[in-house]
Amino acid sequence: MASNVSIKTDSTVAKKLPTEPIVVKQKWNLKRNWPLHVLMLPAIILALIFNYAPLPGITMAFMDFKPYLGFAESEWAGLDQFRRMIQFEDSRQVIWNTLIIASLKILFHIIIPIVFALLLNEVRKMAFKRTIQTFVYLPHFLSWVILGGIMLDMLSVDGGIVNIMLGKLFGTEPIFFLGDGDWFRFTVIASDVWKDFGFGAVIFLAALSGINPDLYEAATIDGANRWHQVLFITLPSLLPITVVVATLALGNILNAGFDQIFNLYNPLVYEKGDIIDTYVYRMGLLGGEFSFATAVGLFKSIVGMILIVTSYRLAYKFAGYRIF
Amino acid sequence: MHYKSLPYTIFTTCNYIFLGLLGILCIAPLVHILAVSFSGQAAANANLVGLIPIEFTADAWGKTLGNDSFLRSLWNGVLRTILGTLISMFCLVCAAYSLSKEDHEFKGRKFYVAFFVFIMLFNGGLIPTYILVQNLGLINTIWALVLPSAINVFNLILLLNFFRTGVPKTLEEAAFMDGANHFRILLSVYLPISLPAMATIGLFTMVGQWNSWFDGLIYLTDANKYPLSTFLQTIIVQQDFSQMNVNPDEVKNLSERTVKSAQIFIGAIPILMVYPFLQKYFVKGMVLGSVKE
Repeated sequence: MASNVSIKTDSTVAKKLPTEPIVVKQKWNLKRNWPLHVLMLPAIILALIFNYAPLPGITMAFMDFKPYLGFAESEWAGLDQFRRMIQFEDSRQVIWNTLIIASLKILFHIIIPIVFALLLNEVRKMAFKRTIQTFVYLPHFLSWVILGGIMLDMLSVDGGIVNIMLGKLFGTEPIFFLGDGDWFRFTVIASDVWKDFGFGAVIFLAALSGINPDLYEAATIDGANRWHQVLFITLPSLLPITVVVATLALGNILNAGFDQIFNLYNPLVYEKGDIIDTYVYRMGLLGGEFSFATAVGLFKSIVGMILIVTSYRLAYKFAGYRIF
Repeated sequence: MHYKSLPYTIFTTCNYIFLGLLGILCIAPLVHILAVSFSGQAAANANLVGLIPIEFTADAWGKTLGNDSFLRSLWNGVLRTILGTLISMFCLVCAAYSLSKEDHEFKGRKFYVAFFVFIMLFNGGLIPTYILVQNLGLINTIWALVLPSAINVFNLILLLNFFRTGVPKTLEEAAFMDGANHFRILLSVYLPISLPAMATIGLFTMVGQWNSWFDGLIYLTDANKYPLSTFLQTIIVQQDFSQMNVNPDEVKNLSERTVKSAQIFIGAIPILMVYPFLQKYFVKGMVLGSVKE
């Protein structure tokens, strides 16, 4: 009886409510809100100067820019620089290197953290778990200058500890980790995964701790063993966050890691290890080919922007993910 | 969920061993470098040092800390980190406070959001930015390092999400009723409540500033002004002494294996110092910043 009454009141209330959502007319309300605009100023000014003011400089990509002539006097070159980029053997190779290195990094940056998170999730001793986490997150915060310095020492052909150990354990000849093109790619990808797999696992560990324990309990009662539980509960629960991580990573397909490659490469491995960002730096700031380097950079920025926008759209569509 | 079956026990044992090795693998390079830096030169050059110093001596550390150019760049690095963090945090906290308001409370918010999203998506690229910094006359000054890197949109998003989830709306309303304006509310309500969050972002910014080396390399022409990261990049990674005004003796000193290791390790010390605090908060921050309900 009581429940009937309450339903009745609810429906009468519902009838009285306006059917259309209330639209609050936005007002500037400056009397109260002017401080909000003032507070935006420092960030806006810095961004205007250092992020927006360089944008007109992009026109350089369509010129044959000579520093001593300046913008006004330099000649327009239309799409010539982009044509050079496509025709040049070097720049084609560089784009290809970037794609290979970046896509392999993306792939392993998804697989390894998931596997690591799953294994860590099986650990019941909290002290052990926390110690491991402390160790594996650390490399993420060290710069590639520090790590580059360490790797140059450890991977060196004469006397690097890695080659010495490999020689003792397997009797292999010293390997040119940073001097042979294919080994260089391997080293770059492996060391990048080493640096960041722990940090990448954070998001998956959070997702794992969010799984409802009732599911496991129910599965146990139904006779599922540990392996079944991983296969039919844990992995499916990780799927949504994996989709988000994978889609968002797409935006990085042209970011092969400037800091890392710049600190590890040398002329011996340019052919297989040079990427767009390092190429732009060498061509532009060292070689003085301002227009050409800007064109290559612009190509990267535009493709990157399209990919990021698309991937965020996809992530929103598939998983309801949004950031702002 | 306690399983005592034999296969599971075997798996658990293997798992512990594997994860233990993985953990060691992650810190071993740093330990190795530390061991080399405290070893005798002969032992280091004969590649005898593993994870424990051999012929223990603090000789290399003495040489490193007695070197003027190293100390100068260490100081430059500290200065750049402090100044950069202060500027960046000031701008980001102010902007994040405004942006943490809802669209209907703060007309114009949408425009500001679009303004910052754009710089996350697109940038002028290396060369136009370099030419701009040059035209502003900032080349060879510390401002070329701290100003262009101040606005980090990712940190801005983290901060504004902290403000949104961490500060109760009712507190703000109450302060308004008592006649406080936005400045006052930011200072007396938001800042005290969000101190842990701001410490986190502040530490992230510090790490970023300390680690940053490329801007020093391109914007500074005088090697005496290099922050430590740039100094290490030039001396140890590129092994280019031409920029440095160091005499041949110093070059020989600086390029000894043990001294190099000491320099690298000193470069990592500030990170190691803030790491315990970082680790305490970043997990929370990452999850909060990336998952929005």
